[in-house]
Amino acid sequence: MVNYILRRLGYAVIMIVLVSFVGFCIIKLPPGDFLTQKLEQLRARGDRSAESQIEALRAKYGLDRPFMVQYTTWAVNFLKGDFGESFQYERPVKDLLGERLTMTVVLALATLIITWVLAIPLGVYSAVRQYSLGDQIITTISFIGIGIPGFLLALIILFFAIVVLNQDVLGLFSKEYIDAPWSVGKVIDLLKHLWIPALISAVTGTGGLIRIMRGNLLETMGQPFVEAARARGLRNRDVIWKHAVRVAINPLIVILGSEALPGIIGGNALVSIVLNLPTIGPLFVDSLRRLDMYLAGTCIVFFTILLLVGNLLADLVLAWVDPRIRLE
Amino acid sequence: MEDGNKFIEVRDLHVEFDVRAGIIKAVDGMWLEINRGQTVGVIGESGCGKSVTARAIMNMVPKPGKISGGEILYHRKNKDTGEVTTIDITKLDPDGEVIRQIRGGEIGMIFQEPMSSLTPVYTAGTHIYEAVSLHRLVPVKKVGDQMVETIMTYRKVTKQEAREIAIDMLRRVGIPKPDQRVDSYPHQLSGGQRQRVMIAIALSCEPEMLIADEPTTALDVSIEAQILDVMRELQHSVNMAIMFITHNLGVIAEMAEEIVVMYMGKQVERAKVVDLFYDPKHPYTQALLRSIPKIGKRGERLATIEGMVPDPFHLPTGCVFHPRCPMFMPGKCDRIVPTNKEVASNHWASCLLYEEV
Amino acid sequence: MAAATLDSSQKGKQKQVSQSYWSLVWWKFRKNRIAVIGGFILLVMYVLICIFAEFIAPYDLEHKTNYPEARPQTIRFLDSEGNFSIRPFVYGLEKKIDDKLRKRVFVENPQVKYPIHFFVKGDPYKLLGFIPGDIHLFGVQSDNPEAYIFIMGTDSNGRDFFSRIIFGGRLSMLIGLLGQFLTIIFGSILGAISGYYGGAVDMFVQRFTEFLSAFPDIPLFMALAAAIPKFWSPIAVYFMLTIILAFVRWGGLARQVRGLILSLREREYVLAARSAGASDSRIMFRHLLPGTMSHVIVIATLSIPGMILSETALSWLGLGLRPPLTSWGVLLQEAGTVYAIRFTPWQLWTVVFILITIMAYNMLGDGLRDAMDPYSAR
Ligand SMILES: Nc1ncnc2c1ncn2[C@@H]1O[C@H](COP(=O)(O)OP(=O)(O)OP(=O)(O)O)[C@@H](O)[C@H]1O
Ligand SMILES: [Mg+2]
Repeated sequence: MVNYILRRLGYAVIMIVLVSFVGFCIIKLPPGDFLTQKLEQLRARGDRSAESQIEALRAKYGLDRPFMVQYTTWAVNFLKGDFGESFQYERPVKDLLGERLTMTVVLALATLIITWVLAIPLGVYSAVRQYSLGDQIITTISFIGIGIPGFLLALIILFFAIVVLNQDVLGLFSKEYIDAPWSVGKVIDLLKHLWIPALISAVTGTGGLIRIMRGNLLETMGQPFVEAARARGLRNRDVIWKHAVRVAINPLIVILGSEALPGIIGGNALVSIVLNLPTIGPLFVDSLRRLDMYLAGTCIVFFTILLLVGNLLADLVLAWVDPRIRLE
Repeated sequence: MEDGNKFIEVRDLHVEFDVRAGIIKAVDGMWLEINRGQTVGVIGESGCGKSVTARAIMNMVPKPGKISGGEILYHRKNKDTGEVTTIDITKLDPDGEVIRQIRGGEIGMIFQEPMSSLTPVYTAGTHIYEAVSLHRLVPVKKVGDQMVETIMTYRKVTKQEAREIAIDMLRRVGIPKPDQRVDSYPHQLSGGQRQRVMIAIALSCEPEMLIADEPTTALDVSIEAQILDVMRELQHSVNMAIMFITHNLGVIAEMAEEIVVMYMGKQVERAKVVDLFYDPKHPYTQALLRSIPKIGKRGERLATIEGMVPDPFHLPTGCVFHPRCPMFMPGKCDRIVPTNKEVASNHWASCLLYEEV
Repeated sequence: MAAATLDSSQKGKQKQVSQSYWSLVWWKFRKNRIAVIGGFILLVMYVLICIFAEFIAPYDLEHKTNYPEARPQTIRFLDSEGNFSIRPFVYGLEKKIDDKLRKRVFVENPQVKYPIHFFVKGDPYKLLGFIPGDIHLFGVQSDNPEAYIFIMGTDSNGRDFFSRIIFGGRLSMLIGLLGQFLTIIFGSILGAISGYYGGAVDMFVQRFTEFLSAFPDIPLFMALAAAIPKFWSPIAVYFMLTIILAFVRWGGLARQVRGLILSLREREYVLAARSAGASDSRIMFRHLLPGTMSHVIVIATLSIPGMILSETALSWLGLGLRPPLTSWGVLLQEAGTVYAIRFTPWQLWTVVFILITIMAYNMLGDGLRDAMDPYSAR
């Protein structure tokens, strides 16, 4: 168990190093040094000290030195919490992300929870009542769900809200709370607004997860231990939930880390753009469009860390629920 | 009440599987009687319906199968009063209170596949607690108001007691270091140990009957002997009946008092062990016994008998065995369905050789 | 000599087996009505959109008119006086100022009727790049050069939106096929090599796919797409985007093929071929890769929608294709804003076309999986 956790942790650390490297490459990738752009920007504004400012920045990021040295400088700064500066907003990347990181994580969590809360019972029902009307309805809905990506669904919902209901459902807060400091009221207000984007982002994943849960459970219910549990006199509900579902759910935890979470992170980003939510997603796209590369590179590193942390948690949960891994 | 000793009576049982290609009559007019404390062996070729009959007794025929006819009478004895009530198991709600008390509590079952009959996420002990907490009650003495009389009341076992029972059961089925093994997960146990855990689970509730569906197939000979000993010992201590399904004639000769031979979902012969082995009446039984060299030797498996098992969708007319029967009587066997006749004292066979038609 | 006969007899046997397998697959597929419908929709869409777009669309992609942001005209059989005509027609459009929206809008003018005809002369085009023509499937015929039919409205430049969706579909639907084709090439070759030879290639493929899967794919697409230089020609951007999509996605397929090859290479017929002295490449291409075909087809079909959606999302965000290239994603760029949804909601017809394509692929892929699944009841 300890071995397993250490191994997964080590793996995550290696991945983060590699990913940070890629993140840095992305920062350097677009043709034209961003400082040159910034210089032009400053000049255009008629800033006299443009040249010297740029020189200072160049020295700070070590841009005149070899690539690997630059990377090391950047990585060390990154570890210290200095992610560079966004020249679009002219603010430290750290501040920009800080505002939005919580919301990003909260939205991802909410999406994840909705996905599971919907998918597990529906998948179980579908498998237990195989070929029933309910199963067919659930199957059809999950099939459609798989085919509708979150951002298109968000567009459709936006269309209904604007054209049919004549109101904007944008944002995560009511007007009075947008700039208000955190309070109980604000949290409740957030929850009231949060479920719509979370549900929208959850649709695709839920559809897929229902199918997987159904398939796994059908396979598990054919196994002898389910029959043996029934022969011990357990009631049907306990046979299904305590034995069959309990075993069938383990592979889903793996899928959660490797397939569902990347979908949720990407999907959330796109849905946030449509619905104009204060998460990292819109910031990231905007920074890419304007080649605000320190911001963009940091965003992608953050997305990946989010994914890796999610994977790590999934691994831990798996180890916790599956004795075959726990006791390995 | 003719016979207070009867425990289970399967009467003209029919079980059908409605598969896409047609209907499989897995059990087709089966008769079976088991008395309290008695061991009945059931033998027959693979696919003749042994396991399906056993599951029908537990009222858990798997989908797409269903019990389509006949009855299974269970003579249930109240533990306190000794009063016997008769229940038709086929009429019970398959997830109802009564059948759930019977399953595990009054009739225990051990399945064919020991490797995968334990839920992989629970320890051996958890399996036993689960069964014990459902079925085993501890008597509590209660003092009445006016007279000093004792009324039997029961409470459920506590966790601690359940654990002790579990360890004790594991010890009795011969698992080494039971106080540690009780916390082992299935993947940490060998095949033989798993099967012994299965037996321990089934026996932990002290059922009045045990259905053992090829309980020793996966085990090597020495462990097999050990497990058979355990079963016999427990049988004597609680007067438990056993329905013992096997392909192994050596084992059955050793365990059973009476043997039922099945063919194509029917009982074709039933007799005491000695009678059946030394004087088999039905040609099918004779063929079965011929297919092994020495009787009473352990480890001899049934060899196949000449001819093919008929296509389940196109059953032969008359006696279902006639296409393979060496004593086939044309004009008779392919027309007339034989009935079960007592051909010698306590020796029943369904064959037209013993019927005058 | 003996080896040769063995090899050829094995081959014959295998061929026989695979023939009956594919005819079984076809039989099972045909019985699945949903899958057949999905396949049929796709066939029709690919033929009409990818080959005959110029003919189907009533106007050229860039045909600007004086009717910007006009709402779709209704196709009518009854006019305002209640006269029925067997030939459908549309009303002409008339400029008006909407006081509430404070905006110029176009409304239908019941005084002007333009009958709809099939096979009308219109913008000239070259079908498939070389067959010249000027006949369009449908349109209005009138002496008035300002007579138009906009069944799905127009965009802010007054271009017929239906025509733009048809033309836009061409790039979107082809990028799915093209990208998936590249994925199959990358994925199955690398997967096969890594499964068959093991060793360094295997190591590399395994680690690399693992590494790719550590990224959330949509943000990775975005970052890579953003790195495409802005000054590249549209065609170069298109191909680069295709390559990026394939590059990020080949890993999953490679892993599956690797697993299959690992199990296939221990099969009897492969062992027999090997002991008969068949060369590695022969074993690979004659025995192993064909064995993975059915899986590859299913995986590919089910992942084309993801490709199409990735292109759509990227272009929609301004990171993928850019005008003058027109794809569904590019169309969404204009359509997906709050302003557009409020004032020109008909531009969301693009979404309908995208969803139909995605659904059709899913229906087809699901049916193919069922038909090719070796474990389902035969
Ligand atoms: N779930 C099922 N679906 C369809 N048919 C079934 C099912 N279970 C059993 N059968 C059919 O019922 C018949 C009897 O099966 P059963 O399992 O009782 O055989 P058995 O005598 O126990 O054989 P074995 O010695 O191999 O265990 C078989 O012909 C089988 O095809
Ligand atoms: Mg059996």
